[in-house]
Amino acid sequence: MVSQERPLSPHLQVYRWQITMTMSILHRVTGVGLGLGALLMTYWFVAIASGPDDFADAQDLIGSWLGRLVLFGFTISLVFHFCNGIRHLFWDTGRGFDLPTMRASGWTVAVMTVLGSIAIWVAGYALRGGL
Amino acid sequence: MSQRAPLAHARGLGSAKEGAHHWWHQRLSAVALVFLSIWFVVSLISLTGAGYDQVYLWMAHPVVAGLLLLLVVFTFYHLKLGLQVVIEDYIHTEWLKVTSLVVMSGACLVLGLACALSVVSIAFGG
Ligand code: HEM
Repeated sequence: MVSQERPLSPHLQVYRWQITMTMSILHRVTGVGLGLGALLMTYWFVAIASGPDDFADAQDLIGSWLGRLVLFGFTISLVFHFCNGIRHLFWDTGRGFDLPTMRASGWTVAVMTVLGSIAIWVAGYALRGGL
Repeated sequence: MSQRAPLAHARGLGSAKEGAHHWWHQRLSAVALVFLSIWFVVSLISLTGAGYDQVYLWMAHPVVAGLLLLLVVFTFYHLKLGLQVVIEDYIHTEWLKVTSLVVMSGACLVLGLACALSVVSIAFGG
């Protein structure tokens, strides 16, 4: 038997970290996470249709500190998935595939996610006139 | 170095030759959601601190109700297509994969219907 140097499959522990791989897995994680967000949206819509009492219960639950934390998580997920989704759609037009551009667009999405999520909550609290 | 996969390989060659159909619908729903989700988030921001009457009147408005129905349809369709890929990627035992797909599709349908019926019942003054 001749023992050959065979190519090894990707070995995650020895891979150098790249922004592109984090963006890729986060698109999937946030997509599945937003599925849970859709569950919350359903609960809220049904509560509205059920009348003032059920609506008040839903608002108390969502407005609690834990509820707001969860909602903030969904905000980050949506803003990330939205920005990175546009990155995906741009790729689908056949552009932006060279590595420097992929890295640059990846970092752009990361910055936009942080700024966008904060902006949404600042706007919400500003309109509400406080915490 | 280009990271591009030949599109010919991505399109139309999925299992059961359903790839192209699935791929296009995922993209079309994504494009629709770009606009609808911006509108929805802006609406939710403007509704922070609102009481029941205000939320009710918002949802009862025909334009809002129409946009909400579009949001619901595209969200759950996009979610169904997305979760289908995730399930097909990770579950390789045939019966478990088929069962998961059926349960997941059914859940998306039921949740989408619950959302749509809620909007419709408010819009028609239920
Ligand atoms: C806001 C606008 C949105 C855009 C622009 C968008 C865009 C995309 C795109 C382009 C893909 C395909 C990615 C790929 O080919 O790997 C995708 C996948 C997915 N999306 Fe969205 N999406 C949006 C909203 C949502 C929402 C609201 C949900 C959940 C309710 C969602 C759930 C998913 C899931 C589960 C996947 C599959 C992820 C995977 O295969 O790894 N998306 N999205």
